[in-house]
Amino acid sequence: MNNNDSQSAAIRLEQVSFAWGDKPVLRDLDLSIPAGRVTAVMGPSGCGKTTVLRLITGQQIADRGRVLVGKIDVGQLKPRELNHLRRNIGVLLQNGALFTDLTCFDNVALPLREHTPLPEPIIRRLVLLKLQTVGLRGAADMYPRELSGGMNRRVAMARAMALDPDIMLYDEPFAGLDPISMGTSLRLIRDINRALGITSIVITHDVDEVVQFADYCCLISEGRVVAKGAPEDLAESEDETVRQFMQGLADGPVPFHFPARPLDQDLLDSGAR
Amino acid sequence: MAAPRTLFANPVRELGRALVFLLTAISRMRLTRLQIAETLRQVYFTGVRSLVIIVTCGFFVGLVLTLQTYDTLTRFGAGDAVSTVLALSLFRELGPVLTTILFAGRAGTSITAEIGLMRATEQLDALDLMAIDPMERIVQPRLLAGIIAVPALVLVFNVTAIFGGVVFAVFLMGVDPNTFWGNMQASVELGRDFMGGMIKAVAFGFLASWLAVYYGWTARPTSEGVALATTQTVIATAISVLLVDFILSAIML
Ligand SMILES: Nc1ncnc2c1ncn2[C@@H]1O[C@H](COP(=O)(O)OP(=O)(O)OP(=O)(O)O)[C@@H](O)[C@H]1O
Ligand SMILES: [Mg+2]
Repeated sequence: MNNNDSQSAAIRLEQVSFAWGDKPVLRDLDLSIPAGRVTAVMGPSGCGKTTVLRLITGQQIADRGRVLVGKIDVGQLKPRELNHLRRNIGVLLQNGALFTDLTCFDNVALPLREHTPLPEPIIRRLVLLKLQTVGLRGAADMYPRELSGGMNRRVAMARAMALDPDIMLYDEPFAGLDPISMGTSLRLIRDINRALGITSIVITHDVDEVVQFADYCCLISEGRVVAKGAPEDLAESEDETVRQFMQGLADGPVPFHFPARPLDQDLLDSGAR
Repeated sequence: MAAPRTLFANPVRELGRALVFLLTAISRMRLTRLQIAETLRQVYFTGVRSLVIIVTCGFFVGLVLTLQTYDTLTRFGAGDAVSTVLALSLFRELGPVLTTILFAGRAGTSITAEIGLMRATEQLDALDLMAIDPMERIVQPRLLAGIIAVPALVLVFNVTAIFGGVVFAVFLMGVDPNTFWGNMQASVELGRDFMGGMIKAVAFGFLASWLAVYYGWTARPTSEGVALATTQTVIATAISVLLVDFILSAIML
């Protein structure tokens, strides 16, 4: 297997199984996220990528197995300890999730006001700097509803970075971004990672871009990790599942369709009604 | 897939859940400065939101109540007692009950919808992830705000209703103003009638905001779920206020 796995892993999922109700999502998943690197997590829609993030942040607890962040077992934490952990993790949710009754400025300022004793003038400077890095300092006084979806996501990224966390989790940060902001977001993720040495996990579907920012890449399908390694290696992999995903083919080991009975049967039935 | 939900599928279980929710919210109460500031902001929002409807309804309730009682009382030659009936029924019953039901329709529904939508748009998740307890930041201020806002609104309601009564009795029917005010003063007891009503107002305010935050918190994170939850808030508040009103009246009399 991978040799640097146990040594420098910042986050480890060991034999994790998880089900939403009685729908199994993850089955004995093993995943190691190297410290100080950008790891891309890819996989078909609904394979459980967001669920993996929710396990890391302790929003969900694994049914079996362990989720380790550093040396901490997330499943064992008391609420207070969990809050302590969460201050060190910045999360960009899939749709941004900005507070709609606060301006962009106040959104980014919220975690600072909450968790630091900094005086207001300093908070102001920090917030404006964060907004500057995502290119939206000019929108500081606007409300999220006045901005486009992609801009919302960038403000949310600034908010997630506000406390300078050790770990950043991005859930599909590029979805719905135009090529320019996608390019900037992508470089931003890579640059803050290089500059601050934080550990980043990026969930993405953008196969072509992965090579540009990720040091490490893993592919999840049907509740397991089916491939991992450097993005360049994955792109050239001979494995059928990997090839199907990287090249976007409908036919292959990963089913495109949600399980259903044969199409002609469904159609015949609807005709009879 | 999911069966269409009826309004109150299982009232007993619902009550149990609402109680557990309330105890959780109260047990995590920490009165920080931020918390108090947020509570006052909510008092302002909910109070101001409800003010117009409270003033309008209060005036017309006073008007029509005086009209009906004056008409009845004059048949017995007791038209002068109209202010007594007006004041007692307002202070003891109508003020607190009607204000709370109006409050539920105006402010309660928006609290429910607000919290339900915050869940649907993952804003509550986002708070959690920032190590900010949404129970503390979102639920508790709104819970406390109702306890302050409703009694204040009851006062406003009573004052405008009495004004409506004065308009009808004194200006239109020509009842002597000295008799009107004199009878009212002589018959209303500060302790039993006025304070009794205010105790009810506090209890109802608590009830209204509790149900509003509970239904918002437990709303399904869909447009349908939020719509259902706001309806539940209004109906549950109306029913439970009337029920609790009967119990409190029985105890106080
Ligand atoms: N809150 C929930 N309640 C019940 N089931 C859920 C919930 N969230 C996700 N699921 C189920 O878990 C499975 C994995 O969901 P998840 O959101 O982790 O997928 P994903 O890989 O992030 O997909 P996408 O790329 O579309 O965001 C889905 O099939 C979904 O049906
Ligand atoms: Mg997802």
